[in-house]
Amino acid sequence: MSEETQHFLDRLADIRAGRESEPTWIAARRQAGAARFEAMGFPTRRDEAWKYTDVRAIARGEFALARDAEFSPASAAALTLPIDTHRLTFVDGVFAPALSTLDGLPEGVSLQPLSAALVENHEAVGGPLGRLTGVEFSPFSALNTAFMEEGAVLRLAPGTVVEKPITLQFLSRRGEAPVMSHPRVLVQAGGRSQATLIEHHVGEEGAANFTNLVEEVILERNAILTHYKLQEAPLADLHIASIHVEQARDSRYTSFNLNLGGALVRTDLISELNGENATCDFYGLFYGEGRQHVDSHTLANHNAPHTFSNENYKGILDDRAHGVFNGKVVVKRDSQKIEGFQSNANLLLSDRAEIDAKPELEIYADDVKCSHGTTTGQLDEEAIYALRSRGIDRQTARGLLTLAFAGEVLEEVGLDAISERVELAVAGKLPERFNLAGLVEVAVALDDE
Amino acid sequence: MASQEMEQLVRRDYKEGFVTDIESETLPPGLDEDVIAFISNKKGEPEWMLEWRLKAYRAWLKMTTPSWAHLDYPPIDYQSISYFSAPKRPEDRPQSLDEVDPKLLETYEKLGIPLHERAALAGVAVDAVFDSVSVTTTFKEKLGEAGVIFCSISEAVQEYPELVKQYLGSVVPQTDNYFAALNSAVFTDGSFVFVPKGVTCPMELSTYFRINAENTGQFERTLIICEEGAQVSYLEGCTAPMRDENQLHAAVVELVALDDAYIKYSTVQNWYPGDEDGKGGIYNFVTKRGDCRGDRSRISWTQVETGSAITWKYPSCMLRGKDSKGEFYSVAVTNGRQQADTGTKMVHIGEGSRSSIISKGISAGRSNQSYRGLVKVGPRAKGARNFTQCDSLLIGDQCGAHTFPYQEIGNSTATVEHEATTSKIGEDQLFYCQSRGISEEDAVSMIVNGFCKDVFQELPMEFAVEAEALLSVTLEGSVG
Repeated sequence: MSEETQHFLDRLADIRAGRESEPTWIAARRQAGAARFEAMGFPTRRDEAWKYTDVRAIARGEFALARDAEFSPASAAALTLPIDTHRLTFVDGVFAPALSTLDGLPEGVSLQPLSAALVENHEAVGGPLGRLTGVEFSPFSALNTAFMEEGAVLRLAPGTVVEKPITLQFLSRRGEAPVMSHPRVLVQAGGRSQATLIEHHVGEEGAANFTNLVEEVILERNAILTHYKLQEAPLADLHIASIHVEQARDSRYTSFNLNLGGALVRTDLISELNGENATCDFYGLFYGEGRQHVDSHTLANHNAPHTFSNENYKGILDDRAHGVFNGKVVVKRDSQKIEGFQSNANLLLSDRAEIDAKPELEIYADDVKCSHGTTTGQLDEEAIYALRSRGIDRQTARGLLTLAFAGEVLEEVGLDAISERVELAVAGKLPERFNLAGLVEVAVALDDE
Repeated sequence: MASQEMEQLVRRDYKEGFVTDIESETLPPGLDEDVIAFISNKKGEPEWMLEWRLKAYRAWLKMTTPSWAHLDYPPIDYQSISYFSAPKRPEDRPQSLDEVDPKLLETYEKLGIPLHERAALAGVAVDAVFDSVSVTTTFKEKLGEAGVIFCSISEAVQEYPELVKQYLGSVVPQTDNYFAALNSAVFTDGSFVFVPKGVTCPMELSTYFRINAENTGQFERTLIICEEGAQVSYLEGCTAPMRDENQLHAAVVELVALDDAYIKYSTVQNWYPGDEDGKGGIYNFVTKRGDCRGDRSRISWTQVETGSAITWKYPSCMLRGKDSKGEFYSVAVTNGRQQADTGTKMVHIGEGSRSSIISKGISAGRSNQSYRGLVKVGPRAKGARNFTQCDSLLIGDQCGAHTFPYQEIGNSTATVEHEATTSKIGEDQLFYCQSRGISEEDAVSMIVNGFCKDVFQELPMEFAVEAEALLSVTLEGSVG
């Protein structure tokens, strides 16, 4: 066993204290997770799935587990999205009831922290939890399972349509020493249910914590879920997430993976399209600056005929940022009448930025329409010229075109509070931000009128 | 077409079959340093060449077979292979076309291969048919006048040791990969081409015309060098089914283009693909790489891959020179249980380097095919440009088509585009053709040829004509 893995597993002692009342199955799963993590060790760049992402910053880190959820309500409010929502808030992975708003949950909706769900009815959680991702998926999902104790459980009864979005807020705190958290999220959307889930990762400047998230999302027949993952973690945070989705017949899953923060970010998004007419849409936008490393892996598994996947990821990289895009569409044997589309476009703003893109198709059926396209380049000189001929200076023109590039993804976002926030954040990061200052605010204000 | 008929056509046997013929001067199976010394000695090589081979062998021993390709085959026992067999004597071969399997001749007919070439392809003792020596002599004279060197690699080691020493392994080092290391240790045949400064090679060079090239080597080593401003077009293989008794092929091809040089390398590969369970087919593990060493140099790879049970092949370009250009045009067709993992690497190092990749894959039967490519742009490759298009066509519901393109881009002035599509032949296209009285099979052949047009037009003309015919023959009966 390597020192690095041992270092992490030593911390397991901290979570077991005072947990005698827990169901036996959870202890067994943690053990399985720990054993698997120990056997696999941290991935290296020799592993194909981690070819472009070096996780030594995590492996060599020293992370404790947070013991409380103390957070100043004023600063929490400043970090919260201005959206009327049902919200569970976690501080460094610890549930913060004082910061959460759970009143007025409509009938048919159950939203609980994982710890509470386990106490209330552990059998109902034990069945679906871990069904979509075992400990085999990656060393990080094994590690998450080993430390599984907190997170969120969202259940929608059949036919429930939730008006207000449901938010899972993860706050990262600046503390004396970095901490780690391993949130586990389970979403079960019953037949014909409909909801919007916002996952918001944000925190105090100067924090340098490690978040290792695993989510399992089960959509039953005809369920519709829109999932926003807005990752604005502090710039020194380390963020690993894997999202596993299972889709029954006629279900629809729409994902927005918006990555702005974090020093090292890796997201795996996997959808199993198991029933006819199941559809998934993956939208993504990442912006990297400084030495940020942003890695997005997506996989659409067409396990049934007549299933559809659509993907559009955009990346903007400045300074010495490193972006990775790996999108994969797999069509199983006999899954006929499939449509799978994938598009990825990247903009490099600096000579020292790097992008590694790998769009993959793996197809074992013939009656399919699948395509992917990926481009990397710079702003169109002719478009810049067109704007300049209308009296806009070069810098502003570049800024506007970069925003327009991001806009192709943002215009799909159904919640203005999110799309505007991201647009402003991108505008504020651009090298041309001073030329844009004001312009974007005006545009946003005009939109609101 | 009735599905039964289709089944029958798909199942039709490879018309060729293998020839088993024990030669007297064949080494017993096995590989060790003595075997390499034996090969080197047989070839009358100088000491440094033996050392070079041994260095490769020692490195190979420490390497492991690559497992990343999307291929499935049993482990190869390298000790069960014989690494040297002397060329066949004329009296062991068929003495005339009458002794050749009529079905093979039928295939040649379909492919439109000229009469006098058929004999050579079928392995008939060449001297018995036409005077190859005279053909070769005029050929050699012409090349000699231009100053072009074209000979076997073994000859080159003896005649032009300085050139070989300078360039051999400079593009594909001995330790580059498992199969390249094996090849470096045991290669026995291949071509050597040297085109001096400013010379445009007066004719297209083909292994087919090179004397003693009738036995395509199991471990071929080809080295082509174009000096400043020189140009050459090289053709490898032929459209006719190749007879070959060696199951494992591990060739290495190295191209070097200096300033303003242009090398065009075209391949048509149609080795035995195995029976319907995929047994007995050729394993083709090839390392091909071109080095655009000079400014404004250009290397173009064109390949039509229809044979072999397993194809592992990535003709690549190292674009080191300023404004250098790399091209890759490929048509790969798999049927039956064939597996192909093929593609290219374009490594942009020089400023203003450009590359284009056009790859067309057609999978039928129970075959699997992958495009695997890498486009890498280094920080110094200002204004680098790449365009990649890879399309797959699926025929039948038991085959697979996969795309694994890698892009590693480290320069903001680079423009890199990749497009891929996968689909089957459109029902409406078929219907349109059939409504105009074109049979389904002809319609499929037309559509497939149209699908491959971008690549075929890059082939030298006589190759292009044969390649189109070859495609129809390979896909015969795979549609229903």
